[in-house]
Amino acid sequence: MEAAMQNEAKICAESKTESGPRGPGCSLRHFACEQNLLSRPDGSASFLQGDTSVLAGVYGPAEVKVSKEIFNKATLEVILRPKTGLPGVAEKSRERLIRNTCEAVVLGALHPRTSITVVLQVVSDAGSLLACCLNAACMALVDAGVPMRALFCGVTCALDSGGTLMLDPTAKQEKEARAVLTFALDSVERKLLMSTTKGLYSDAELQQCLAAAQTASQHVFRFYRESLQRRYSKS
Amino acid sequence: MKETPLSNCERRFLLRAIEEKKITFGTDYGCCIVELGKTRVLGQVSCELVSPKLNRATEGILFFNLELSQMAAPAFEPGRQSDLLVKLNRLLERCLRNSKCIDTESLCVVAGEKVWQIRVDLHLLNHDGNIIDAASIAAIVALCHFRRPDVSVQGDEVTLYTPEERDPVPLSIHHMPICVSFAFFQQGTYLLVDPNEREERVMDGLLVIAMNKHREICTIQSSGGIMLLKDQVLRCSKIAGVKVMEITELIQKALENDQKVRKEGGKFGFAESIANQRITAFKMEKAPIDTSDVEEKAEEIISEAEPPSEVDYLYSFLNIFLKDAPIVLSDSEEEEMIILEPDKNPKKIRTQTISATQEKAPSKKSVKKRRKKRATN
Repeated sequence: MEAAMQNEAKICAESKTESGPRGPGCSLRHFACEQNLLSRPDGSASFLQGDTSVLAGVYGPAEVKVSKEIFNKATLEVILRPKTGLPGVAEKSRERLIRNTCEAVVLGALHPRTSITVVLQVVSDAGSLLACCLNAACMALVDAGVPMRALFCGVTCALDSGGTLMLDPTAKQEKEARAVLTFALDSVERKLLMSTTKGLYSDAELQQCLAAAQTASQHVFRFYRESLQRRYSKS
Repeated sequence: MKETPLSNCERRFLLRAIEEKKITFGTDYGCCIVELGKTRVLGQVSCELVSPKLNRATEGILFFNLELSQMAAPAFEPGRQSDLLVKLNRLLERCLRNSKCIDTESLCVVAGEKVWQIRVDLHLLNHDGNIIDAASIAAIVALCHFRRPDVSVQGDEVTLYTPEERDPVPLSIHHMPICVSFAFFQQGTYLLVDPNEREERVMDGLLVIAMNKHREICTIQSSGGIMLLKDQVLRCSKIAGVKVMEITELIQKALENDQKVRKEGGKFGFAESIANQRITAFKMEKAPIDTSDVEEKAEEIISEAEPPSEVDYLYSFLNIFLKDAPIVLSDSEEEEMIILEPDKNPKKIRTQTISATQEKAPSKKSVKKRRKKRATN
């Protein structure tokens, strides 16, 4: 543990070939979000992080099958569709992670015996896919008007073999990293809603990544706020 | 008197009657989104080297898959859409595979051993009618946009070049078949081109004609039990010819634009196609994050954290059973031993505690240290 603490969390200074160099210091890629772009779902949002793009559609609160109904709250369902091939186990596990995050935030008790369905379609995958899915799901839930106790966002961190911390990694960075950690944070107190990690890291590095993710989440929430302000502005 | 002003809703409704057709491309080759009015389809082409079918040893394999995503309509649940899905998939296959628009002979690498399998995945994102038109356009556009990796065969050796080594090669496409749908009302008196969802629900019958820009009919399908006269079908084919010409022009323009942007090194992909003027869209440039204080924060958290309660649990668990009696836990399979106190071997609890201690194996040292402290305390 002492060795890990001595190892400084070097700020990344690598340049990516895909979308221009990121200067010294970690940075989040270019963000874009469009809401209400589909006419059928109650709420829809397309979230882009660099080249990664996810489209989310929300139906709810709507009719639920008797076998799936819960007497005192809404049944939340998340469906994630990959771009090529049939959905497999990886999609199922991501669906579960996103569902757990949403269930922690959505006020299901206001709509008992109904279903809220979140459908996510991967439009392009260039790194930090799960974080992009979480962000798209949150914006789509806001667009649908589903009552929530807080907004949530996803942030991905990657640790490379030298111990350097990278936020919002690209596909190439994720492949070469020693560990990739994804966190879902809520907007009220930046608390941790969900975390999933892959790879080898020490507990000091875990806390460092979590602290970095919390700082990054401030930017994401500011982006949410500005995009919603623009949408509901009168001028 | 003053002219009655036109309300905004009416204005929007009328302008929407001139439906918007839009084709946008993604960053990787073979990815496109087609919007026909409000119906939206995502298409992606991918390729793989496989062994060919036994009865067609020199031809590549084409695989089409149209999926009706649950996002497109609330009624599209996994079990419930089989009829419509089968119909659409079959029509798409007939239109694209049987018309031989893709040269499958060129997909052969080593006859009888390795051929390219081209897989076209189409996802319906929003259902506002006329899925088949949008899907056929998305499929042909994605196929035209796609680039497969370059292969070279020298005698027995096959070399597959990555996109970095050699530029990927486009597929060889003979012609572009595009489906046009007609909805009939009142026993064939009225016909509507490109029906939307409401119109589809009340129509009497549907006629789908797949044509290319050389005015060759690739597929015709009439469904719904409508009885059509010969001249009605001919009239429809003429209208289809006109429509296909304009759609083919639109496709060519979109493909050329995308190629130009890629060559000039400009920005391409879905991010660029999000309109800036829309109030529902928002963009943010790269945001640098200051992570210089994460180290101190992390150190603070770790130092303030209590020792994990698992250790206490294990300790108290053992205490209940042993009442300070000594154990040597060892297993013939595991080499490491945890010595709590010398001498005794209670076989009864060994299985339970070994599973707990195996989890603790990596942090064994700290466990031992802490135990020693408590023993002295």
